Amino acid sequence: MKNSKINYLRNTFIIAMLLLVNVNCERDLSDEATNASFSKTATVFTDDFVAMGTDFYFPYGDSKFTAFSVDRTQGYQSSASIRLDVPNNDDTEGTYAGGIFRIDGAGRNLTGYDALTFYVKASQGVTVAEFGFGEDFFPNKYITTLRNVSVATNWQKVIIPITDASKLVNERGMFRYAAGTQSTNGRAFTLWIDEIKFEKLGTIAHGQVSIMNGNNVSVTTFAGVNSKVDGVIATFNMPNGNNQSISISPAYLEFSSSNPAVASVDATGLVTSLSAGTATITATFNGAPTTGRLTINCAGTFVPAPLPTLNPANVISIFSNAYTNVPVNYYNGYWAPWQTTVSNDFSVNGDNVLNYTIFNFVGIEFSNPTVNATAMTHIHLDVFIPGPIAPGRQLRVLVVDFGANGVFGGGDDTRHSTTFTAPFLASQTWKSIEIPFSAMPGLLSRSNVAQIILEGGDGSVIYVDNIYFHN
Amino acid sequence: METMISKNINFIKNSLFIGFLLILSGCSSDEKQTVTTMNNLVMQDEFSSNGAVNSTFWTHEIGTGNNGWGNNELQYYTNRPQNCIVENGMLKITARKEMYMGAGYTSSRIISKGKIEQKYGRVEARIKLPWGKGLWPAFWMLGTDIDQVSWPACGEIDIMEYLGNNPTKVFGSVHGPGYFGGAAITKNYTLPNNRFDNDFHIFGIEWGENYINYYVDDVLYNQITPEDVTGEWVFNKPFYIILNMAVGGNFPGAPNQETVFPQEMLVDYVRIYQ
Repeated sequence: MKNSKINYLRNTFIIAMLLLVNVNCERDLSDEATNASFSKTATVFTDDFVAMGTDFYFPYGDSKFTAFSVDRTQGYQSSASIRLDVPNNDDTEGTYAGGIFRIDGAGRNLTGYDALTFYVKASQGVTVAEFGFGEDFFPNKYITTLRNVSVATNWQKVIIPITDASKLVNERGMFRYAAGTQSTNGRAFTLWIDEIKFEKLGTIAHGQVSIMNGNNVSVTTFAGVNSKVDGVIATFNMPNGNNQSISISPAYLEFSSSNPAVASVDATGLVTSLSAGTATITATFNGAPTTGRLTINCAGTFVPAPLPTLNPANVISIFSNAYTNVPVNYYNGYWAPWQTTVSNDFSVNGDNVLNYTIFNFVGIEFSNPTVNATAMTHIHLDVFIPGPIAPGRQLRVLVVDFGANGVFGGGDDTRHSTTFTAPFLASQTWKSIEIPFSAMPGLLSRSNVAQIILEGGDGSVIYVDNIYFHN
Repeated sequence: METMISKNINFIKNSLFIGFLLILSGCSSDEKQTVTTMNNLVMQDEFSSNGAVNSTFWTHEIGTGNNGWGNNELQYYTNRPQNCIVENGMLKITARKEMYMGAGYTSSRIISKGKIEQKYGRVEARIKLPWGKGLWPAFWMLGTDIDQVSWPACGEIDIMEYLGNNPTKVFGSVHGPGYFGGAAITKNYTLPNNRFDNDFHIFGIEWGENYINYYVDDVLYNQITPEDVTGEWVFNKPFYIILNMAVGGNFPGAPNQETVFPQEMLVDYVRIYQ
């Protein structure tokens, strides 16, 4: 009995040892395995949506709501795909297709991935305005967008890099898109999208973050004027050796001003000019400098144009904060090829000002409809030239009437030009221009006034405000 | 009693045996393919002595050669430290965009001709590659009889060739009489889930009579034998080593505005085994 007990114990011990050794042939739980608080699921759509919940598609408010469906007849190496029917640009239900795919529930932990990838094709060759992720309709904190994607009629893979995956611990915005018909002359087309997933490719490298699209941009402002750091992009070298830039949210960056007393910048990249001087706005990404900068040249306190005092009943206003303006086609026609004038309009304390830079000439048009100024007696405008007045400098103000046919040309257009020189033209002070129509014999009619043209710029800057006809 | 004991012993023997089998089959973690068989180290440059390259092993080739070294390459090769220096245990060849001696780029090219000349063996280097269109680094060999029979009759073994605008691929090739330039015998290897400018990788050949095996890290990806070449097999003789980084040329094309300069090719070591 004693022997068999010992035998039994020994046998059990040996078998137990064997079992222990066998069990140790499995891999141990690695050090990286932590209990995830948010799901790390990679796939968004393959043959159907994966782990998105039920209420996950939200179209943009002014888009065509019914653009999205699931096509169960075709897909990338499958028979299911997301179908987006981009509408004609005259579709009364919405002139473009766009929306977000947001998880109906808790977000995902994307820290282990380096890109969102998917396959796309279209019913014809198109350029899609935006594909991206990170938009959840608040706060859209890490929204990322790939713009102007060329899509053809056969499946191609699109890779959108994740700029800093360590920040995406709880992301609900899995996919977003916006597609209009700018590249198809307003005509509708279809997009198919399949195999939307997050991946760790390992083949994307050399990410470089930039502000102002990597350029050094200078702007002139006044105290109280806001500017925006934009062109926030990240440029990556893709597996095929090409560079690709994506637009990323300013939330990825830290901004600073070289002179916070002149201009301050907040966490969203909003710059506020405070006092006269120069300040350079730059940014860092995870401590590393970004390329590009915004230089603020603040000219100090802005002196507005004299406040109009006329009764609105006596005024047809083209541009003024004091009156309701008539419909205006544009305040700068960018008339190629000879016009150099570039607009950089600003607003100070609610006062909007037209700012024409590199000014040689510029056209303002209001032809849809034209203006019947028959009952008016004058044109008024306020001008401010910040720089010096060179000898011989002129400013010419032209009023153009489109004639009885109401459109440009046709042989019935008339115009009159009035010239101003120094000493009326003076630097650093608002000058109010008043021209009576009685002094414009070249203007044979004013039933279809349609354009005001300013000429005589020497490549410098001119501010214009309070443009109106009155009696 | 006896029967019980012998039953127990049998049971234990069986369990032990089965257990042993399970240990053998279940626990193997060595999944690497055996790619190298030659392990007798006969030459090494670990690049451990800071400064210029070791002149016992290497000579600099200078200038633009004949028509950009026969390839319309854009760089002027120099021996200046800004193009070639040993530091931090590595050889650093730097391609720079700068006007120099009439060329728009500078870089370096070192050869072991007349110093290390090898027939057969395992020739290996550990290298971190650059990136960007126009960069064309290589680790390669030419037949030592090049001055007598000229190229391509001397033979060329490209252990590793790489184009900066294709960062996941390297090429292993031979050039010889009847099979050179665009008709070289070549195969490429794509790195899975990574790219060659992210980290160091091992590039090598095992070369013997009538065969050359090419490997990257632990993957054998190419074997070339006389049956594969469309001409005479000229590789059963000594060759010397070249390390260089070209800029532009017929094969890579010129750099474009996305190419960032300077670019570095870092070599941790060159080793020869037999």
